[in-house]
Amino acid sequence: MSSLLSHEIGYSAPIEVHNHGFSPYVNNEGTSLGICGEDFVLVASDTRQSNGGYSINARRSPKAFELSNRTVIATTGCAADAKQLVEDMEQRAQYYVHKHGREMSTPAMAQVLSQLLYTRRFFPYYVFPIFAGLDAKGKGAVYNYDAIGNIECVSHYAYGSAAALLQPFLDNQINKAHQRGADTTAKPSRAQAVKLAIDAFTSATERDIYTGDWLEIFIVDSEGVHKLTRELKHD
Amino acid sequence: MNRAIEQLTKVDASGLAARDDLEHANAQARMDNLSFSLAAGDNPASFTQKYTDVKSEKDALIKIAHGTTTLAFKFKGGVIVAVDSRATMGSVISSQTVKKVIEINPHLLGTIAGGAADCCFWERVLSMQCRLYELRNKKRISVAAASKMLVNLVLRYKGMGLSMGTMIIGYDKNGPGLFYVDSEGQRLENNLFSVGSGSTFAYGVLDAHYKYDMEPEEAIELARRAIYHATHRDAFSGGFVRMYWMKEDGWVTMPLEDVGELYYKYNPEIQLTNASESPITVTSV
Repeated sequence: MSSLLSHEIGYSAPIEVHNHGFSPYVNNEGTSLGICGEDFVLVASDTRQSNGGYSINARRSPKAFELSNRTVIATTGCAADAKQLVEDMEQRAQYYVHKHGREMSTPAMAQVLSQLLYTRRFFPYYVFPIFAGLDAKGKGAVYNYDAIGNIECVSHYAYGSAAALLQPFLDNQINKAHQRGADTTAKPSRAQAVKLAIDAFTSATERDIYTGDWLEIFIVDSEGVHKLTRELKHD
Repeated sequence: MNRAIEQLTKVDASGLAARDDLEHANAQARMDNLSFSLAAGDNPASFTQKYTDVKSEKDALIKIAHGTTTLAFKFKGGVIVAVDSRATMGSVISSQTVKKVIEINPHLLGTIAGGAADCCFWERVLSMQCRLYELRNKKRISVAAASKMLVNLVLRYKGMGLSMGTMIIGYDKNGPGLFYVDSEGQRLENNLFSVGSGSTFAYGVLDAHYKYDMEPEEAIELARRAIYHATHRDAFSGGFVRMYWMKEDGWVTMPLEDVGELYYKYNPEIQLTNASESPITVTSV
């Protein structure tokens, strides 16, 4: 077609090749973390949303959400997929309440999230969730997932653009990794967890371009979900 | 079985299953109350494989937890199963505390290698099917039958990019059972298997010292050593040695062992460089 055209007009124009692939994902970056305490859990996310490159879409676009009065979820990855996933989780939790007349247990909900991600095994959600809540005995539980539903129950976890900055810091401060002689069984107190989360995010904001603006912290305890908002740097 | 063969012969030369095959697979899956969303277009399999990276071999967007050394061998006292506990996503270590042995029921174990989600999901489905078999037939399922159910499940999705290399370990009326099953549809029976990125190193240790007539202590030490050496040479393996012993009346677990400490145990002439330092004290957070 193009050679025919160049013949007719007498010169050959450069041929541009376009690839029209189906490309539904964008990495909106940002960072999320979860910390498990004895009788509480904490998840925290910054609220900056980037466009996959160097521009910022929004400074106040939350990534962490309350799912029920004892469970919360923090996400990173593609914000659109995360929204869909969180809505689906909310619907399932609601459906369960209507069907059984009580709330779904936290471990059951954690498993539902895993199954939900795996039903998209061949067209994955580009989302890396951290799910946290209190179990039936009021003990904290934090779960992390890969994009297709591999689940693990952990003491703390960080996902997102600053995960590689935060995870070793939390390993050292919470699990006391490589601190010889330290008590590795002690779980952080609520005040310690909040302080760690704030320090983690203020530090990450200094070194990661995709993290910043605002920090939202959700704490779940026997009284329900509490939300704390802190300002981070806006540069 | 005929359907499985039909499915196999339908796979095109590119190794990718076409949309029709996948919808057929989905229709079968719906009978088990499972169904999977597919990307739009003629070739959803190529979409999946373009965007997902199960083996850290490409720079795809969606990194999936994987990487492993797992091993299992029969000996006169039953079957020993040993695994490491590291998971990686790309070059990042996503966890050092993964459970790579799935407790299907008190007499069956499965191991994880390849995509962690794939193994966990399908072995969970297998666990359900084994329970249904027990309820329908009033007897326990054999290891051979259980492993064949798993291979039939994953064969539906051949060419779609599933990645799993698993061993099914159990004890039934024929004695100890050990089968290797993978996402390509392979199913093998033998006395000794090792699966995963560190398997070559584990095989080196196992083949040098394996005897069927080992005492339990010897067998446990051999498995520990094989996993330790694999974690030492394979960057995708590490963390802890997790071990199970399958006996006639079901499996038992062994204590976890940190490979960081095993290094000094197997090399007694090497001292921890800073061992003489007083413990590093923790300042409160």
